[in-house]
Amino acid sequence: MGNKQTIFTDEQLDAYQDCTFFTRKEILRLHGRYHEMAPNVVPMDYTKDPDVKLPMQLIINMPELKENPFRERIVESFSEDGEGNLSFNDFVDMFSVLSEMAPRELKAIYAFKIYDFNTDNFICKADLENTLNKLTREELTAEESVLVCEKVIEEADMDGDGKLGFSDFENMISKAPDFLSTFHIRI
Amino acid sequence: MLEPAAAADEGDPGPVEEPVLWSPASPSAARPVAARTLAMSQPLASTLPIPEGQEDTSPDLSPYDEGAVHDSFHEIIQEQGLQLRELCLGGKEPLAYMPPLAPGAEAWAKPECSWEHPEYSAATLRILASMPSRTIGSSRGAILSQYYNRTARLRRRSSRPPLLQTSRAARPSLRQYDLELDAGHAQEEEKRCLLVKELQSLPSSQRSHLLLTMPLSLAQKRSLRQDSSGQGDTLKKPRRIRGPLPGCSQVEYHLILGVRSTWYGLLSSLPTLQPWHYALKQIGGRFGSSVLSYFLFLKTLLLFNLLLFLLLLVFVVAMQAAYPPTTPARRTFMGLELLTGAGSFTHTLMYCGYYSNDTLNDPCILGPSSVRCQRGHSRLPYNMPLAYLFTIGVSFFITCILLVYSMSRSFGESYRVDSTRGDLAMKLFCTWDWKVTQRRSVQLLQDNLCTQLKELLGELRDQYRPRSLCQQLHRLAVLALTWALSLGSVLACVLAVYYFSEHMHRVQQKSWEQHSSEMQEEAQLLALPLVVSLMNLVLPYVYSGLGTWERQESPVLGVYVAICRNLLLKMVVLGMLCYHWLSRKVGLSGDKCWETSVGQELYRFVVMDFIFVLLDTLLGELLWRLILEKRLKRKQRPEFDIARNVLELIYGQTLTWLGVLFSPLLPAIQILKLLLLFYIKKASLMKNCQSPSKPWRASHMSTVFITLLCFPSFLGAAVFLSYTIWSAKPSETCSPFRTLETIYESGKTWVRRLEHSGPSITWFTWIHQHLVENTFFLFFMSSILLAVIYLKIQVVKGQRRIIGLLKEQITNEGADKTFLIQKLHSIYAKQEQRT
Repeated sequence: MGNKQTIFTDEQLDAYQDCTFFTRKEILRLHGRYHEMAPNVVPMDYTKDPDVKLPMQLIINMPELKENPFRERIVESFSEDGEGNLSFNDFVDMFSVLSEMAPRELKAIYAFKIYDFNTDNFICKADLENTLNKLTREELTAEESVLVCEKVIEEADMDGDGKLGFSDFENMISKAPDFLSTFHIRI
Repeated sequence: MLEPAAAADEGDPGPVEEPVLWSPASPSAARPVAARTLAMSQPLASTLPIPEGQEDTSPDLSPYDEGAVHDSFHEIIQEQGLQLRELCLGGKEPLAYMPPLAPGAEAWAKPECSWEHPEYSAATLRILASMPSRTIGSSRGAILSQYYNRTARLRRRSSRPPLLQTSRAARPSLRQYDLELDAGHAQEEEKRCLLVKELQSLPSSQRSHLLLTMPLSLAQKRSLRQDSSGQGDTLKKPRRIRGPLPGCSQVEYHLILGVRSTWYGLLSSLPTLQPWHYALKQIGGRFGSSVLSYFLFLKTLLLFNLLLFLLLLVFVVAMQAAYPPTTPARRTFMGLELLTGAGSFTHTLMYCGYYSNDTLNDPCILGPSSVRCQRGHSRLPYNMPLAYLFTIGVSFFITCILLVYSMSRSFGESYRVDSTRGDLAMKLFCTWDWKVTQRRSVQLLQDNLCTQLKELLGELRDQYRPRSLCQQLHRLAVLALTWALSLGSVLACVLAVYYFSEHMHRVQQKSWEQHSSEMQEEAQLLALPLVVSLMNLVLPYVYSGLGTWERQESPVLGVYVAICRNLLLKMVVLGMLCYHWLSRKVGLSGDKCWETSVGQELYRFVVMDFIFVLLDTLLGELLWRLILEKRLKRKQRPEFDIARNVLELIYGQTLTWLGVLFSPLLPAIQILKLLLLFYIKKASLMKNCQSPSKPWRASHMSTVFITLLCFPSFLGAAVFLSYTIWSAKPSETCSPFRTLETIYESGKTWVRRLEHSGPSITWFTWIHQHLVENTFFLFFMSSILLAVIYLKIQVVKGQRRIIGLLKEQITNEGADKTFLIQKLHSIYAKQEQRT
């Protein structure tokens, strides 16, 4: 584990270790993955913190995300500019939150962001329908999906405003012990 | 500035007056602009150019911002109302008129468009848009405030906050609006400074923990970390620490740093020690979390066996190997030993009978007058029987603690108070398996989810249709029949095992008397394990057939019932076998060494179990797939039956635990078996199977598995072990405990010897006499345990009640909110009418 790598300085690796759930080796491996998506653009030398972003099209073609129905939303939620362009920091952040060591609260916050398609900080009926369509490849009839959305809001909405705020979402997630194991992408 | 319609910013940001809850902040945000990118990015035609240097000077446009307060409240509302009408009517395009946010703050509410609340005026909509609940989690200012509160609370070391003040995770508490914390509505920069100061005063472990849980982007976290830990973001260079570190001197601080860096080093090297990382990822990606849980369970069992094996190796096997006792002449190795464990394996380290019953390496063994004894040579005598007993006891104790700990941890994760509501919502949000990466599996998952949702909807519709009496009776009859059949089959198997074992014993007696060939004798030994394994192979299929006939209401219940029946069969058969072994009717009668015989029997069971699992994989998966494809021409592949496979693993582990006293090397065999099983099962899975179509709650099931491992399996083995140690008489000629009444006596003799050896250890013998031997202590501990359990039950009941109260509170708050919004709307409507 010597200091043979020249991609990051030791301080940078320490900072990454402290701020994410990854170890040094994993950070270097992630850098390798980030680099191989666009070898001409991503520099091998990150000691000066270059400002490089990869567009969404490249990221959503990664094998881990390619078949995920929510891939665009994931990348958008983690991109700092909201457009889906990920810098290396955003890239590491994304996989750190989706790793198995991230705590439930953190995952719940980002899951809420992902499912909130119109980014109004509520999961309204339209968001629910969108989610349902992506999850079932639009195989439910219109009547069934309306019924499902209404039932979901009826079950989870506690303050009666007709949509799910973050507190409602988090409360529902806390009742599902599977959430931690399903909301997890291995890289 | 860019936009013509930035009416709110017309006047200079006036002085902040009083903190008002819904002061009109600057107009709502656009989609934040893209930062600078290098060549690869898409054309930024749709984004707005940011003038350089804007970031530092532009006011933070969070709803807490008081920077743009007009004199006339009414004027602003009118202006905004105009804008909003344009916005809602014009669609996305008017977003371009909005001023850009400071980079980093994400988009928050574009105000509710009129289609949702057609009756609300634009002014009301404006105010609704700036409510705290619409900005939580996305506004950086809100996150910073929330974490500032959290660190301040941590620093003040308050315990759980009182119930009245519980605030939800990302909702900025209204307490922030009191003057001492948020006087003047600090801007984001000030909030950040406050947070950094608070972070600096925390110990570094808590600081890094907080940093890890903040939902900010990585760049912001890094800068926070940098600022809060002083100059530069390295923790290795010694430097002056800024800010007080409570209770921590310089030396301790550097010590902590050193420990942390070694810990990180260890963590980095751990992935290389973690075997099968890629294999597990492949399995999870193709089959999902449910099948993965089987392989993770296999890994857990491997670790338990490794622990057992290492302890036994170091303290028992290696010692005896270094000082081998005198043994009768070894027989030649025939191939059959690998299956039967008898023959040339009999007098080896494998079985209990080989181990000596005296002290190894004892210099005084030749007599007190020997030269070595007198000289007080520094040789370490090793009391073999004591070592044997203690090692087994300690390894079982450690296994027990590990099992109970992992069981309670997974139970804690999967059990929730009041988790009955919300099936549909949970299915929608929590069942999608994000690990799955293959297209076909994803499609399968989508189809599964679709089917489950349709089923749930159907159930909801049918809920109110009661079943007719005839149907109910029919159902009861079917249930009664299936249960009678399964219990009857269990009884039949137990009786069969009993009579067969008696018969085999008689056959073996006869063949020993007739001096038949050794090969024949040893082949006869294989009959009983064969029969038992055959039963264990065939009956689960029968039970799954019964299950499909029953057709339970929920498929999960069907899985539980199948597990229950299989488990009952296996455990009852094992119980009967244990009784059979302890009644000393096993093995070749010429041999007076029943421990070795029992050890050999268990070895045979383990090996036969492995062979039959392989057979099951071949027949159940490979052959079935070939039949389905070639003969029946169906596209479907056989499913991987998780419950049955896990029960097979538990059964194998029970055999190992039962046999470890009689055969110390049995864990090694089990380790080998598990390793081979992993690769074979994985290969078969990849080639032959498809993911299960039944709904499977992976974490719930893992809890069930580990509970089953603990309760019938480990508990049964522990009971058997205790009975053997306490009551079974060891044989006369072999084993480390020969010539003693019970195995436990070796421990008692040792304690008595200690008592005689010196007066200073009387406390130890006192403990032994009054605590271990006296049953009163046991009752006392059990009653304490029961009291603790009762207390926990009461706590859970209380928590349920509190949850009900809190839910009521939330509904009331929601009603209040709607009421206030209506009132607000009516006020504005009246105002508009007047003007």
